Amino acid sequence: MVRGTNVYGILRAPRAPRTEALVLSAPCSEGNNNNQAVGLLLGLAQYFRSQIHWAKDIIFLVNEHDLIGMQAWLEGYHHTNTTGGDWSPLQGRGGSIQAALSLELSSDVITSLDLVLEGLNGQLPNLDLANLFYAFCQKIGVLCTIQGKLQRNDWDTTSGYSHAAQTMMLMVLKQASGRPWGDHGLFLRYHIEAASIRGINSFRQYKTDTTTIGRLLEGMYRKLNNLLERLHQSYFFYLMPSLSRFVSIGYYMPAFGLLAVILLLRALDLWVQLGASPPGTEDGVAGGVQPSSPGVLSILTPVVISHMTGVALYTLPILSQEMAVQHFPVSETEAVVLTAIAIYTAGLALPHNTHRLLQGEGTEEGWRVLKLVALLYLAVLLGCTALINFSLGFILALSLVPIAAFITPHTPKALSAAIMVLLSPGCTLLYCVFLFQELQETPVSLQDGWMLFLSVISQGILDHALYGSLVYPLLALLIYPCWLLLWNILFWK
Amino acid sequence: MAAHKCNIFMLAFVLCGLTYVFVRADIEYTNHVKDAESGAVDIAPKTNIGASLQSTKTEDQTQTAEEERQWEAETNPADAPSDNKADHVHDTMQNLDSRPAPYAKDQTQEAAEEERQWEATEVKEADHGPDTMQTPDVPPPTPAKDQFQEELVIRPLHSGDIYASFQFRTMWDTDFLRGSKVSHYRLFPKSLGQVISKFSVRELHISFTQGYWRTMQWGQPFLPSPPGAELWVWFQDTVTDVDGAWKELTNVLSGIFCASLNFIDSTNTVQPSASFKPLGLGNVTDQRFLRYAVLPREIVCTENLTPWKKLLPCGSKAGLAVLMKSEKLFHSSFHSQALHFRPVCQDWKCKSTVWELRQTLNVVFDLHTSGQGKREWSLFKMFSRTLTEACPLASSSKVYVDVTDNPQGELFELSPTTPLLSQAVVLGDRRTYSVYDLTNQATFGQTRSLNMLLRWRAAESGDMLRPLLHGERYVAGYGLQTGEIHTLMYNNHPYRAFPVLLLETVPWYLRLYIHTLTVTSKGRDNKPSYIHYQPSKDRLRPHLLEMLVQLPPNSVTEVTVQFERALLKWTEYTPDPNHGFYVGSSVISALVPSVVAMDTNSTRECPLFSSFFPCKEESSYFMRVYTEPLLVNLPTPDFSMPYNVICLTCTVVAVGYGSLYNLLTRTFQVEEPSPGLAKRLANIIRRLRGVPLL
Repeated sequence: MVRGTNVYGILRAPRAPRTEALVLSAPCSEGNNNNQAVGLLLGLAQYFRSQIHWAKDIIFLVNEHDLIGMQAWLEGYHHTNTTGGDWSPLQGRGGSIQAALSLELSSDVITSLDLVLEGLNGQLPNLDLANLFYAFCQKIGVLCTIQGKLQRNDWDTTSGYSHAAQTMMLMVLKQASGRPWGDHGLFLRYHIEAASIRGINSFRQYKTDTTTIGRLLEGMYRKLNNLLERLHQSYFFYLMPSLSRFVSIGYYMPAFGLLAVILLLRALDLWVQLGASPPGTEDGVAGGVQPSSPGVLSILTPVVISHMTGVALYTLPILSQEMAVQHFPVSETEAVVLTAIAIYTAGLALPHNTHRLLQGEGTEEGWRVLKLVALLYLAVLLGCTALINFSLGFILALSLVPIAAFITPHTPKALSAAIMVLLSPGCTLLYCVFLFQELQETPVSLQDGWMLFLSVISQGILDHALYGSLVYPLLALLIYPCWLLLWNILFWK
Repeated sequence: MAAHKCNIFMLAFVLCGLTYVFVRADIEYTNHVKDAESGAVDIAPKTNIGASLQSTKTEDQTQTAEEERQWEAETNPADAPSDNKADHVHDTMQNLDSRPAPYAKDQTQEAAEEERQWEATEVKEADHGPDTMQTPDVPPPTPAKDQFQEELVIRPLHSGDIYASFQFRTMWDTDFLRGSKVSHYRLFPKSLGQVISKFSVRELHISFTQGYWRTMQWGQPFLPSPPGAELWVWFQDTVTDVDGAWKELTNVLSGIFCASLNFIDSTNTVQPSASFKPLGLGNVTDQRFLRYAVLPREIVCTENLTPWKKLLPCGSKAGLAVLMKSEKLFHSSFHSQALHFRPVCQDWKCKSTVWELRQTLNVVFDLHTSGQGKREWSLFKMFSRTLTEACPLASSSKVYVDVTDNPQGELFELSPTTPLLSQAVVLGDRRTYSVYDLTNQATFGQTRSLNMLLRWRAAESGDMLRPLLHGERYVAGYGLQTGEIHTLMYNNHPYRAFPVLLLETVPWYLRLYIHTLTVTSKGRDNKPSYIHYQPSKDRLRPHLLEMLVQLPPNSVTEVTVQFERALLKWTEYTPDPNHGFYVGSSVISALVPSVVAMDTNSTRECPLFSSFFPCKEESSYFMRVYTEPLLVNLPTPDFSMPYNVICLTCTVVAVGYGSLYNLLTRTFQVEEPSPGLAKRLANIIRRLRGVPLL
């Protein structure tokens, strides 16, 4: 139970009917973590008050407990309740919020400003917001970065290319995580274009004073104030290899499309095989019906059981948290994470149990039909995921498509099983953790990596509980069962 | 202002019952007299003017006497004669040829009656025209004529802003309803008069507002208005095709005021059953003759102000209207200009009606942005003009400054000082005003210009009494499918509940789920005692929801209703669909218990016998509160590149393929002109004979 207070003030625009608003927020918790930002926010509020050209109300918000405070404030403002948090009614409103910026200045010395775009469930603000930030940084002469990486001009050299690729990989990994990477992330659910601006202290030779940042923010708010419509002209789906360049949905979607086509082609192949095999083995049409009609149950059983496991993976860690804490010497967080891993691993033993339930032997037809179902299921699943959160869909496709394409009961069991386990969603997550650390130039040892992995799982579950992030339920309820189906095929008897 | 509206409103109803018989009985009489006098109007203006003044004054006096009988005047009795004299000076100035002798006689009479009259005349409501000292006893010998009054009220607000409210009142004594064609206009604007008589308008209220009145910081405005344009009209009951008249009228008004009133059509017009009753005389309350529409998106600017100023008798050449310079008026936090046309009683017996045109302009200046933090204002600072004269056509011209919070001058300093003070109960609160009479030359002093200067002494301006009623509205939820409209109504009265009428009009493209309507106050269900709901029809008419809700004391009442966002046809989107679609303000009308009556422990000096029952002077007053308009996003197709490509491709295909197809499939034939009759006969004969045809 977290209790906190958000403080906000509304600068009413003269001669505006309270229909539109902009938000400037600064997180502030106990300690003097973000004092600079709060001070700058107050200074800006005073400065904006004496200006007359505001056409939209400006809301200055200081939120406590970072994202939790922001979540509470947004839910209070929009009078919604998505995750069971509680808020007291707000006294003043400014109409529909058009755009928001969140300001975090963690250190006293600011050398550059970092733009954070990735929001809840991998949503991104309109690209024009990033363009606006970049344009003003150029104009004022502030060093600006994305993913903490400076832009390099040597595009054609290998090192420059790999630098840009690394920046983009970081964005892909962050987006795939589906968590809000700054306070702005929660605005995106309400169709409010938002970004976080983070002051960082990593390039010693440059130094930016607060006045300059204030000027930058003033410029950005003046621009946003002049908007007649919501930001909608530019892209909502993009990846950024640097602040001034982007990869649009038109370029990256084909890559994913090619991966998904493998699944569809494989499914088509199986379909043709299924149609062609009965005349080969038996004679007449009746032979085709004969093997497939008992198959319904044999297909349905693994599907249902894998989904039950998924449901268990989704619900049990939180349900059994209390019991686990009582009986084992673990903290509450550890209890949840370890239960999740235990259930995940227990799922691997599923094929044996499944076959115990089934009557008789699984036929050749049976695994083909099951694989057909699994392939189509996976294709639809990945397609939908990629449309909403491209990065997540792409990473899952990278790991799941190869095993989905090649898995049969006839491949060498031990080798295939090893590959399958290594490419399972859980292990993909582990690799992603290491890759992320590597890309951020903070490599970790195996031990630390494992701890990080555990914390990422707990974070994912927490994000789902607090902010309604969908990655954990997606993995637990849909992707993991799908992988289990493939696992079942491998151990088909 | 609302209080006045209310007064007139209430008075109208009271008087209606009393005078209806008289009026009916007098119709024939006046018709008789009219015939005789229609000539006399032009022939004998000298005798008419004085009488017109008398009779309208009389009306004012009776009203004040009736409504404000118990008000206490704290005026120096010595002021009355000077005020009086000033009015006389002005009157003589205005009516150069008015009779001097009766005036002298009046004056002697007045001197005799001053003792009992000064109270009633000095104590007047802020929006009442100031009046001359004329006795009500003098019988009006001839019918009245047009008359014009102007005034400006300046009220320093608790937030540090300055509220300036202009009022111009033109009385039009004519009878355009009885078929007599009015062709002579004196003070009343002809452009408006013609429109009103053509469309048989009984009452017309139109307002253009830029900005939102911040009730919680500024208190109540004299005349509330919603952001954007608002128009409501009561037609005469003789009008048969009300919709047609309404459509034409909005188009004509759109031309007169350079506004987008022509966008008013059936999709945003409603007929409220209870919220908008006539403010003037008349007993027709059948909503068939009422039309109400709001355009929340209307932007108000100079092009609306100029035609509005042109309706004034003096234009912006003289009088208070010289202060209205657009670059200053639109450099403000709030700007609202309005026009109210209604029938009022001609005299206290209300035997006949005159038409009142009331033009108001309300501005709130933000001194923080313009004054570099220094808290002082002057007329020149606000309007970049000073006052030099009253409008010569005006029978009264006054400037009021609200000095209620400053009885001993400890809070701010007002210069030049004026000995005239006036007290009135405005919006249920007792206010004191310093009065500057522009018809009195002494007001302008040596410099021959009046530039009031107000300088604050204290940094803080004290606590404001929270407005007793105020409203708020917002859209809840996220996503583009459904949403919920929340309307909050605050009753800040410590112990009294009062009923309010809530009017919500919602465009058809938000489909209200009326079964989800909830009204809660203090966590409990609050059942409205009256609900009038008219469902929308797609592309034809909006939702209309009216209800009467009892607001418990010191509470927030929340009205929620869910809606679904409709998908529009692609031609129905505005040019900027991603801006969102506006939903007009909801209107809360109420009779609010007055602040004066709230004070049961009577701390003021007043006779004991008058202070026992809590229902004292004006125990409640009428008030209208507008909530903010809403901006709602609808699901919008991507009107960008792909859309353009599709449009362009379709055009190319249509034009290119169409013409090619035409060329390919059409056959060309040369049509023979039909031969004449002689030729045909000749051909028949030739055929018979076997000779080749011609």
